[in-house]
Amino acid sequence: MASQGTSLRQYALTRIALVIPMVLILLTLVFLLMRVAPGDPISSSLGGRVPQEEVERIKAELGYDRPIYVQYAEYLADIARGDFGTAITDRREIRDIIKENGAATLELTFFAMIVAIVVGVLFGLLAGRYRDTWIDGGGRLFGIVIYAMPVFFLGLMAQLFFGSYLGWLPTSDRASPIVDATLETHTNIYTIDTIINRDWDAFVDVSKHLILPAVTLGLVTAGVFIRLVRVNVIRTMKDDYIEAARARGIDERSVVYHHAFRNALVPVITIVGLTVALLLSGAVLTETTFNWPGIGKTLIDYLENRDYTAVQGIVVVFALIVVLASLIIDFVNAYIDPRIRY
Amino acid sequence: MAVPAQADSARVPSHRRLGRLRRTLAPISDARGMTRTMLWLGAGITLAFVLIALFAPVIAPYEFDTFRANGQRFPQLEAPSSDHLMGTNVQSTDVLSRIIWGTQTELKVVLVSLFFSILIGVPLGLFSGYFGGKLDRVLVLLMDALLVFPFLLLAIVIAFLLADKVGQGILTAAIAITVVYIPLYFRVVRNHTISIREEPFVEAARALGARPLTVIRKYVFFNVVQNVPPLATLNAADAILTLAALGFLGYGIQPTDGAEWGYDVNRAVSDAASGIWWTGLFPGLAIVLLVVGLTLLGEGLSETINPVLRKRAKVDVDLGPASEHKADVE
Repeated sequence: MASQGTSLRQYALTRIALVIPMVLILLTLVFLLMRVAPGDPISSSLGGRVPQEEVERIKAELGYDRPIYVQYAEYLADIARGDFGTAITDRREIRDIIKENGAATLELTFFAMIVAIVVGVLFGLLAGRYRDTWIDGGGRLFGIVIYAMPVFFLGLMAQLFFGSYLGWLPTSDRASPIVDATLETHTNIYTIDTIINRDWDAFVDVSKHLILPAVTLGLVTAGVFIRLVRVNVIRTMKDDYIEAARARGIDERSVVYHHAFRNALVPVITIVGLTVALLLSGAVLTETTFNWPGIGKTLIDYLENRDYTAVQGIVVVFALIVVLASLIIDFVNAYIDPRIRY
Repeated sequence: MAVPAQADSARVPSHRRLGRLRRTLAPISDARGMTRTMLWLGAGITLAFVLIALFAPVIAPYEFDTFRANGQRFPQLEAPSSDHLMGTNVQSTDVLSRIIWGTQTELKVVLVSLFFSILIGVPLGLFSGYFGGKLDRVLVLLMDALLVFPFLLLAIVIAFLLADKVGQGILTAAIAITVVYIPLYFRVVRNHTISIREEPFVEAARALGARPLTVIRKYVFFNVVQNVPPLATLNAADAILTLAALGFLGYGIQPTDGAEWGYDVNRAVSDAASGIWWTGLFPGLAIVLLVVGLTLLGEGLSETINPVLRKRAKVDVDLGPASEHKADVE
C-alpha cells in the first residue's frame, strides 16, 4: 500500500509538532521555578562571597537586571541556539559539563540499561510463563523487593560486601587516581577511551570501577521490566492466536517461545523509553553514592553551591533528553506496529 | 417473592447500604492464592509500621537525637550491643531510636503528600475529563509535561527552592512530593472519567435533566474513585522512596527536626569504607520493608479490584442431571 509510507511520515510530523508545546511548557516551567526563588540567582550563588559591586557587574553581564520577559525570550533563544548558559560559581559552560560529565552518565546508564533488560526480561518471562508457581512467586518477590530497594541503599550494601568485606571491587570514582590522571581522553567514555588507547590495564581498572554502579542501577531498574514482561506474557497467553496455535497442534514449547514471548516483548521497547527518566533519576542517586562524576553528581554539587544558572542549564538538558527519548520511542513503535499510526 | 424483598430494602435503607459496602469489599474476602497472601501480608507490615509510629514515644529507647544518658556520652559508631540493639552512629545517637522515630517522619510526610495530591489531582481530573474543552487540553499538556520530567529531579528542584523560603521540614518535603504525584491522579481519574462519561447510565442521568455537578457527584465520582485506593497505596510506597531519596541527597527533613531514614543511609556511606555496616543496613532495611508492605498491599488491592487480574475461589457448581442430558444431546 502506497499510502502507508506517507502515513508514517505524517505521523512523524504530527508527533514532532506535538513535541514543541511540550518542550515549551517544560522550559517555561523550569524558568518559572528558578525565578520564583527568593532574590536573584546571582546574589544567591555569590552572596557574601564577593563584594556587592561585583555581584551587580555579573548581574548586568548576564542580563539579570533586565525585565523578566526579556530574560525569558533570551533564555528560549539561547536554548534554541544550543547555548545552555554558564555556571556562575566556576564559570564552566553547561555545554562542556554535558560533554564531559554527560559521558560518564551515558556510560553508567548504558551498562545499567543492559543489566536491567537482561535481568528484567529473563525474570519477567519466567514469572509470566510459570504463573502461580514458585518461580512466579520468586520472580515477583524479587521484583517487589528490588523495586522497594532504594538504589543508594543497594549501592551501599554492594560497597560494604564487595568493597570493604571481600575487597574485590572499588567502591567509588570512575578510575584509580593514576589512571584518571594519565588517561588520554577522546570520548570521555572511559571504557571506549582505554580501548582506543589499547591500554588494557587501564581498561580493566575502568571496568572494575564501572561494575558496582552499573549493576546497582541496572538491578533497581530491572524491577520495572519484570512487572511489565510478566503481565504481558500472561495477557498474551490468553490471546486468541495462542489458542489458535495450540489448536493447530503446535507443541506448547513452541507456542510459548515463538508465539507468546515474542509478542510479549514488543512493549519492552516502549518501556525502555520511559525508563530513561527513571534511569536519570536513579543516576543522580547512584552517582552520589559511588562518587561517579556524571551529570547527576554535578547537579547535586551545583545545588549545594546554590548555583542557579548551572542548575537551570542541567535541568533543561535533562528535560530535553527525556522528551527526545520519548519521541524516538514513539517513532520506533510506529515503525514496528502500524496500528499506532492511524 | 420479589415484592417483599423490595419492601424490605425500602424499609431498612441502612441494610442496603451495608450490603453495598459488603459488595464493595467482597472481592477482598473472595481473593485467593497469592493475591490473598500479598494483600494480608502487605496489610500486616503496613499496620506494624503504623503502630510503631503511633507508639514511638513508648517503644523508642531514646529520643531521635539523644547522644547521652545518665551524664555519659554514648560511644561513637559502637557495634550493636545490649545497650544499643542496632549500634550507634557517628553522632553517638542510637540507631534503633532513630529508626523508630523515623517511622513517624516517613508516615507523616507520606500522609500529608497523599492527602494533597488526591485532594488536588482527583477533582482536577474529574472536571477536566467530564467537561473537556480548552481547560482540559491545557491541563493535559501541563500534567503530561510534569509526568515526563524525571520525578526525582522535579522533587529535588522544588525542595531546593522551598528550602530557602519555608525551610527544610515535613511541609517542604510533602509539597515537593505532592507536586510530583498530582499528575498521576489527574491522568488516571481523567481518563476513567472520559470513559464513564459515555456510559448509558450517565447519559440517562443527563437526559433526565441532572445538572453536571450532580452527575459528577452521584454517578461519575463513585465509579472513578474505586481506582484511587490501590493507586494511593502504591503511590505511598513510591512516596517513601522519593522522601528517602530527597533525604539521601540532603533535601529532606532538617536533621535537627526529626529522624529520616534516607538521611541516615547517606551518613552511613562514609562509614562503609571502614566496614561499619549497622549505621546503613538498619535504616535501609526499614525503607525496604515499609515499601514492600505498601507495595504488596497496593498490588493485592488492585488485583482484587481489577476483574482482569482477579482470581476467585473455585466454587463447586452442581448442575444436576440437566448437565448429563446436555452431554447426551451432544
